[in-house]
Amino acid sequence: MIGILRSLTQVVRVIGRKPVTIQYPEVHREIPNRDRAFPILLWDAPIDEPYCTGCHACERACPVECMTVVMKDNPKHATGESKRRKIIDEFWIDYGRCMRCNICVEVCNFEAIGMNNTWAGHELSRYDRKELVMDLDMLMSQSKAGKVDPGLRA
Amino acid sequence: MVTEQHDRSLEVVDIPINMGPQHPSTHGVFRMVLVLDGEVCKDVIPHIGYMHRGGEKLMEAMDFRQGIGYCDRTEYLAQFSAELGYVMAVERLMELEIPDRAEYIRVILTELNRLSSHFMFMGAFGIDAGVFATSFTYAFPQREYIQELFEEVTGDRLMYAYFRVGGLAWEVTDNFVQRVHEVLVHTRQGLRDLDELLTKNEIFMVRCQGIGAFTADQAIAYGLSGPMLRASGVPWDLRKDDPYSVYDRFTFEIPVGNHGDVYDRYLVRLEEMRQSVNIIEQALEQLPAEGPIVAEKLPRRLRTPPGEVYSKVEAPRGEWGVYLVSKGGDKPYRLKMRSPSFCNLSALREMCIGQFMADAVMILGSMDIVLCDVDR
Repeated sequence: MIGILRSLTQVVRVIGRKPVTIQYPEVHREIPNRDRAFPILLWDAPIDEPYCTGCHACERACPVECMTVVMKDNPKHATGESKRRKIIDEFWIDYGRCMRCNICVEVCNFEAIGMNNTWAGHELSRYDRKELVMDLDMLMSQSKAGKVDPGLRA
Repeated sequence: MVTEQHDRSLEVVDIPINMGPQHPSTHGVFRMVLVLDGEVCKDVIPHIGYMHRGGEKLMEAMDFRQGIGYCDRTEYLAQFSAELGYVMAVERLMELEIPDRAEYIRVILTELNRLSSHFMFMGAFGIDAGVFATSFTYAFPQREYIQELFEEVTGDRLMYAYFRVGGLAWEVTDNFVQRVHEVLVHTRQGLRDLDELLTKNEIFMVRCQGIGAFTADQAIAYGLSGPMLRASGVPWDLRKDDPYSVYDRFTFEIPVGNHGDVYDRYLVRLEEMRQSVNIIEQALEQLPAEGPIVAEKLPRRLRTPPGEVYSKVEAPRGEWGVYLVSKGGDKPYRLKMRSPSFCNLSALREMCIGQFMADAVMILGSMDIVLCDVDR
């Protein structure tokens, strides 16, 4: 009997505490700088081109093989605007396959790929799985607009 | 007129009842067929394998860094323990020296992970025992504080991939020590709450005491480990009996139970959490303020010499072991995971026979299984 009363007093004591929950869709929790959502490509703003040279390092290191990389000659290299001989032509990442292990970021030699640390990297629900395969424009759009600064780099 | 006398005695048959794979108290996709005589279990036939993904085979095709992600996905409530077991196996093969600072951070995170895992148990076990959501709502906010700390340090909420061969993936955040202290305040409060709510509650005690009891000999014969074994009175803890990492530098006690029943398993886990808090505090004091976090001369591409190694750690559920055979190169030739959940689950039939059907739920709950860990 005493034990039951103790339990009840405990319950009454807890009622006074402040709630720890937040109303999610209206209120977004602040996410830490190191947060690892899905990988995105980064934009080299001064030269106005992506950092990525399409060297296939991330593609080879990916445990789940969710990436496809196609490289091309950099037209800006011929004109002398850029030091990069090769540049990314096509890049697909299947977000439905990616397991967010951060290995692509670690193996990248050019700091060209980073893990999205904004809410845009989390709220990605789609009606069709095909829509989760991101192409080059989608992967770069956020960094191009300056909306993201990944906390973890290679 | 005389009517014919019939034999009116009824035929009695045992009824098999299916429980799972989708059932809230099987803690995952676990199916068991209970053969019942009235309300008493005559036999229990467990069916596992719904979560089987062939993780061991998959990891044979992965190099040593890629494999870490699969350890997380196997033991998804004690990811750091799983990573530690795997990483230690590779380190032992490569004969690497791990810097002190990395070892201490590993211990702190692993013990915090034990706390978060046991909080999960406390919440779920309360539901099994019929306390409904109260224990769950007490345990989960405190677990959430730990989870937030992990997120700040590793960047992910569940699949950390933070322990690497030779050390750690990144340096911890600048305010790490202060943040751990903050989290421990909440943890202690959570422990007090749960202790007050459950431990001395007569209804809870009557519900738990005396069911699923295992003697020490039985527990050893079934190969139980972790809190299950210690509740039966065997003071076996790998952190003390076969110290790995830097566990030999801390003073802590191993709680043991007297009766080996469901209630003792609860008490052992509760005390284990207090000891974990104790270890974390000691580790925070001894943590070197500066220093490398990755072993020296670590090659960019990890290759092991040929050989085999078995490394084991004390995960929240028991002995988590990784047996690794290498024939040289950057991939394991064979990898076997010894998961505590699977070995503990093997005792379910023996424990349930002769108990009431409702108690079978409690016994399963007290094992604290992770189904990904069982099936791998």
